[in-house]
Amino acid sequence: MTAPKREEGQSWLGARFPVSRLWREHLANYYVPKNLNIWYVFGSLALLVLVIQVVTGIWLTMSYSPTADGAFASIEYIMRDVEWGWLIRYLHTTGASALFIVMYLHMFRGLLYGSYKAPRELVWILGMTLYLILMAEAFMGYLLPWGQMSYWGAQVITSLFSAIPWVGPDLAQWVRGDYLVSGVTLNRFFALHVIALPLVILTLVVLHIMALHEVGSNNPDGIEIRQHKDDTGKPLDGIPFHPYYTVKDLLGVAIFLFVFCGVVFYFPEGGGLFIEQPNFESADPLSTPDHIAPVWYFTPFYAILRAANFSVLGLDARLLGVILMAGAIAILFVLPWLDRSPVRSMRYKGWMSKIMLGLFAISFVGLGVLGVLPSTPERTYMAQGLTVIYFAYFLLMPFYTRWEATRPVPKRVGR
Amino acid sequence: MSKWLLALGLLIMSWMAHGESGMPVSRSISPDINDQASLQRGMKLYVNYCLGCHTLTYQRFSRAADDLNIPRALMEDSLIFSPELAFNDPMHNALEVEVARQWWGSAPSDLTLTAKLRGVDWVYAYLLGFYEDPGRPLGVNNTVYESVAMPNVLEPLQGVQTLGCPEGVSRVLSTPEKCRELILVRPGSLEPAEFERAVYDITNFLAYVSEPSRLKAQGVAPKVMIFLFVFGVLAYLLKREYWKDIRRPGVNE
Repeated sequence: MTAPKREEGQSWLGARFPVSRLWREHLANYYVPKNLNIWYVFGSLALLVLVIQVVTGIWLTMSYSPTADGAFASIEYIMRDVEWGWLIRYLHTTGASALFIVMYLHMFRGLLYGSYKAPRELVWILGMTLYLILMAEAFMGYLLPWGQMSYWGAQVITSLFSAIPWVGPDLAQWVRGDYLVSGVTLNRFFALHVIALPLVILTLVVLHIMALHEVGSNNPDGIEIRQHKDDTGKPLDGIPFHPYYTVKDLLGVAIFLFVFCGVVFYFPEGGGLFIEQPNFESADPLSTPDHIAPVWYFTPFYAILRAANFSVLGLDARLLGVILMAGAIAILFVLPWLDRSPVRSMRYKGWMSKIMLGLFAISFVGLGVLGVLPSTPERTYMAQGLTVIYFAYFLLMPFYTRWEATRPVPKRVGR
Repeated sequence: MSKWLLALGLLIMSWMAHGESGMPVSRSISPDINDQASLQRGMKLYVNYCLGCHTLTYQRFSRAADDLNIPRALMEDSLIFSPELAFNDPMHNALEVEVARQWWGSAPSDLTLTAKLRGVDWVYAYLLGFYEDPGRPLGVNNTVYESVAMPNVLEPLQGVQTLGCPEGVSRVLSTPEKCRELILVRPGSLEPAEFERAVYDITNFLAYVSEPSRLKAQGVAPKVMIFLFVFGVLAYLLKREYWKDIRRPGVNE
């Protein structure tokens, strides 16, 4: 047996593992457009928050008890008796909300600059899958404190499965493992939350980044920098990710952590949005809270669900709501094929695209606010109107992106 | 783009403000968990008047002794009544749930997290809201918690209140809503202002009990924020230094 032959200056590890090749391909020689703005920081931040979630999550499991009898008390044990337990938990609860905030901004950036368009369709689809799995991850994590809102939120969401014709009730029971949300449900949600879904999430993160690095990053102008290279094959408008964007992202990290820690240390309950008031009471299957709402990052979709209060074509209101809610997420997956515009970035698209994106943003935030509030007839009308706008943005996109006049895209960045 | 972010931030903030709506209570107080004297008085009142029925399952005597600066000997002699409870034990009592159910119809709830669950304003208004009502089994009712099973345990301090019309308002000529003012008809051992301070102290103590780690967080937070600020300044200088190259014409062009 002979040792692998080392090239000049190559380390023992380098002869056995592509350390320097990975370093070059993904950092030092990965060329990124030089005109990326603040919207491009949220991808790195999402990764940072994910790491915070994994690390704090590992430490939480050391003291958490996933049983119906012990879960609520073990959270208070972590908050009071575990050294720095309160900090670990607040980092985790605030991290969950922070992850969705940076993820929504990251996705909005994609809509703004057309980052989903060819050749980045797969990057978008992998990112959307990641978002979907993270929603499941967050939903299951929310049951674990076993407070009133945890319990009843899970009860409402799992019962949505029972709206599906024929198999619905059996499916809901299969998901819960019981007739109602119970200790059995808590056990399985814990297993999925701490092992199964994190494995999927980490895999998807790697795939998302690999797919991105294969086609290269988009930029606010939507210019393809790889079309203009110098003699050595480096994009003329590109700069290496490291050190330029590593130091720029480091500044983003500092600003983010300042705000994040401000919340963790001073307002960990986020005004009742990050930790909801009814969750300070242990789950009680016999007493339903006056008003059940999911955590804020699900509320846009929850508002769409509640907006369907009428039946259409023989579909009852409940099933229609579930279909609309699922459709609201599913339609994002096909976005790359809905946009027929010759340009990527909103900077060169026409006024119709700009108005539609603005309306879409308003409808998403508006639905989010309505989903937090108890429903009234007026609010239901508003939610219905906003739901129409939400879907109009996608369904009309093939038409307005083709009809509108676009501005010519420069060939090079900053010229 | 920064305008977009600012608008989004404002939206999120206005959204958060929505989440804070609680029960309609008439007065709002601001607890001060750094006021040790108030917390000590609050704990003394709590142990003497409340703990007999309402446990604080997640709060240890020893933690309160540390945080409120109460010497261990004093705590053991004057605040831990039950011989079965040790210094490091949670603040439990000897009341059996079944017995309590027979006495009042429902077991007294644990109050460790009540200040978070219902809010401090609610607790404060509730403790001040008892009034004489012969229609109730124990002869009292409450303005905040209608038909509550609990007797007014602070009556020796507060005295007896009834619901009535404010001075100068005639019951006959006025609407029933106007005549729901609490009026002290038999004084207790404390003056009204003293009693309100006592209720504030109890509420303040419950605010501390609901999250003792807040004291720790307050201690650490400024250091973390200063560190992150300095880190941010250094990160900015580093970024500016590197990006000088990009601005210079001829490089990477």
